Amino acid sequence: MASAVLYDRLQFALTATFHYLFPQLTMGLALLLVYFKSRALWGQDEHYNRVARFWTRIFAITFAFGVVTGIPLEFQFGTNWARFANYAGGVIGQTLGMEGLFAFFLESSFLGILLFGEEKFGPRAHWFAALMLLIGSWLSGYFIIVTNAWMQHPVAYTVAANGTLHVTSLWALLTNEWLVWQYPHNMIASVATSAFVMAAVGAYYQLSGVHAAYARTFLSTGVVAAATASLLLIFPTGHGAGRQVFASQPVTGAAFEGVFHTEDGAGIVLVGQPNMETLTIDNSLTVPWVLSLLVYQHAKAEVKGLDAFPRDTWPDNVPLLYYAYHVMIGLGTIFVAITLAALFMLWRRRLSQTTWLLWVLMLSAPFPYIANTAGWMTAELGRQPWLVYGLLRTSEGTSPLVSSGNALFTLLGFLGLYALLGLLFLFAVFHTIHKGPGDAEQSRQAGGAA
Amino acid sequence: METLWFAIVALMLAVYVVLDGFDFGTGIVYLFVARTDAERRTVLHAIEPVWDGNEVWLIAGGGLLFLAFPRAYAAGFSGFYLALIMVLWLLILRGVSLGLRSHLESPLWREFWDKVFALASLLLAVVFGAALGNLIRGVPLNAEGYFFTAFWTDFRPGPAPGILDWYTVLMGVEGAAVLTVHGASYLAMKTVDEVQRRARLVAELGLWVIAALTVAAILAIPVIQPGLRRNYDAHPIGYLLPLIALGALAGLFYCRRRQQDIAAFLASSLLILGLLGSTAWGLFPNLLISSVDPAYSLTVANAAASPAGLRAAFAWFIVGFSLVVAYSLYIYRSFWGKVEAPSGDYGEY
Repeated sequence: MASAVLYDRLQFALTATFHYLFPQLTMGLALLLVYFKSRALWGQDEHYNRVARFWTRIFAITFAFGVVTGIPLEFQFGTNWARFANYAGGVIGQTLGMEGLFAFFLESSFLGILLFGEEKFGPRAHWFAALMLLIGSWLSGYFIIVTNAWMQHPVAYTVAANGTLHVTSLWALLTNEWLVWQYPHNMIASVATSAFVMAAVGAYYQLSGVHAAYARTFLSTGVVAAATASLLLIFPTGHGAGRQVFASQPVTGAAFEGVFHTEDGAGIVLVGQPNMETLTIDNSLTVPWVLSLLVYQHAKAEVKGLDAFPRDTWPDNVPLLYYAYHVMIGLGTIFVAITLAALFMLWRRRLSQTTWLLWVLMLSAPFPYIANTAGWMTAELGRQPWLVYGLLRTSEGTSPLVSSGNALFTLLGFLGLYALLGLLFLFAVFHTIHKGPGDAEQSRQAGGAA
Repeated sequence: METLWFAIVALMLAVYVVLDGFDFGTGIVYLFVARTDAERRTVLHAIEPVWDGNEVWLIAGGGLLFLAFPRAYAAGFSGFYLALIMVLWLLILRGVSLGLRSHLESPLWREFWDKVFALASLLLAVVFGAALGNLIRGVPLNAEGYFFTAFWTDFRPGPAPGILDWYTVLMGVEGAAVLTVHGASYLAMKTVDEVQRRARLVAELGLWVIAALTVAAILAIPVIQPGLRRNYDAHPIGYLLPLIALGALAGLFYCRRRQQDIAAFLASSLLILGLLGSTAWGLFPNLLISSVDPAYSLTVANAAASPAGLRAAFAWFIVGFSLVVAYSLYIYRSFWGKVEAPSGDYGEY
């Protein structure tokens, strides 16, 4: 049965990672849609309504894929992680139930109005529907992050006589201190994804010499939002989240940074490969004192290394965790460089003519997805070997009677189905982008007139 | 408090079956009642603004089951592992087919997704019926409160049954028949002309099938799960629920004869609520009945979360549920009435 844990973990990792490719676009896009709808409503500018209609089409496809790939996650708590569900359901059942009742109904109800009700309900109601989608999707993100924050940093629980956990205070659960950085960091990362995608589509139109008015709006909105988000991701949210890990999960922090040995005035490793045989970083490039300075505001402060903790509490895959963390940080830094350059050119009104930068913007669209995925890998691998930090080990959370063969079968099934879904999604989105904002608008009016 | 939560979870799931049931039913009858592309787009337009919201009742119902009875959630979901994963795959294919179908003009592309949509809807209806059959028949829960069932063993209900046996297959067919009539009644109400004529025909013929299958399913209960009568004997007021179902079935025959489409749809909704309500009345206090030893059954008493947690959850449930009812009424009122042929809204992307 040992391998069943591995298949269960891989299946959850696959389904959660694939699912999150969709909401990270829609949550951020909801914010940008409200911005466009507000400009259209109060600025009396029909251009912004046309812009919003184009992005609503992208939103609709993405949202549909997000919904269908989201259901397996809730189900898997029961199907593959039954002992965890039984153990922690008294706490996280609350947040998952709230998500369904407060967020999902709000989203799905107003999505109907956003997609099918623009003519029927008028501009104010349509703006309101966009706002409700923003609130619904960000609430949904909130309840999921509350659930994850509790697994990272359990609060507000007692252990009952039968060994399972019960919630003691909903307020304490919903205001877990872990949320202070994790929630804004995650939501701003989703804004970054949508802003980069918007700028990339703008760059594509600009470079192709089509839809000039739309290209300008997509580029300027995308670049400003992406620059703001990229900066906020590093400071204060990323910095705060990192310090929180060092405070509550010091062994995880040590693995992030590849600190094998406790030292005073620890340096920060920029590049290098963790070597689990010798417990060192091979070929490292290190800047002295910086890690101590970042974490403890003191160049000579002691940073505890992995050697300060028993080996069975180390994250079980230190190199993967280390790489995921460094991919996230590295990409985050590159995003700041790209978006500040684009922002400068936008300010000088030269962005539309700067071909090389437009190419960079267009090709950078996949990278926020990679950074978001690496960020979640950092959070989830960093929590190992615990499912609920300090309380329940991952190997103790599986379903006792689901054999490894069954878990492997469904893992492979998901792999095949999701490969197909990924292709279909890319096809549908590229097709929509290729058709462009104008054409659909004309056919819409032609259809309405006929 | 546990009893109240049993009622809440049962209510959420029953509303789910009524609401998502009509769009499953629409999928089942889709290829038959809508022949041309224009007809198919009209039929899809009748469910497009609402199907996604209907599916949320399943997710929310599942979430509340997890909240109130974590032990039953853990046991049930891991025990029906294979069936549930296939439900997920079918739900995914069905949702994607609705999203992508009208994306391209190509008739082949549309035909392909139309068939995926119809087949996934039919299979899901059968699976949900069979799932209800499994709850009534019982599952091989062991002393630790877990079980695992294969798809089928020898097709006989017994101490070691499969997910499919003759009884659960019967229930699966019954489920598909009830949802077929429900979906056809919905379309008869929402459409006009040829599509409406065909939908009415399906609804009328399907009624006889439902009546026959329901009699068979009821006759099987003393063999399958005699304990289901216990609550009815103790509290005869429960007989009101099957009477409601019976009245709704009679009402369906009556309304169908007079082609009163709105009343017929309401009657078929009431029929579903009556049938599920009758089952829930009989099952209480059991959530999962053990076919191995009745002492291993999971009940509202031994599977519930803490009383304090349930009380706290009830407070926010009332607030959230009122909001849900308000939006749902608003949305259904907004999209009320006959559906027009779509003019190329965002559904076409």
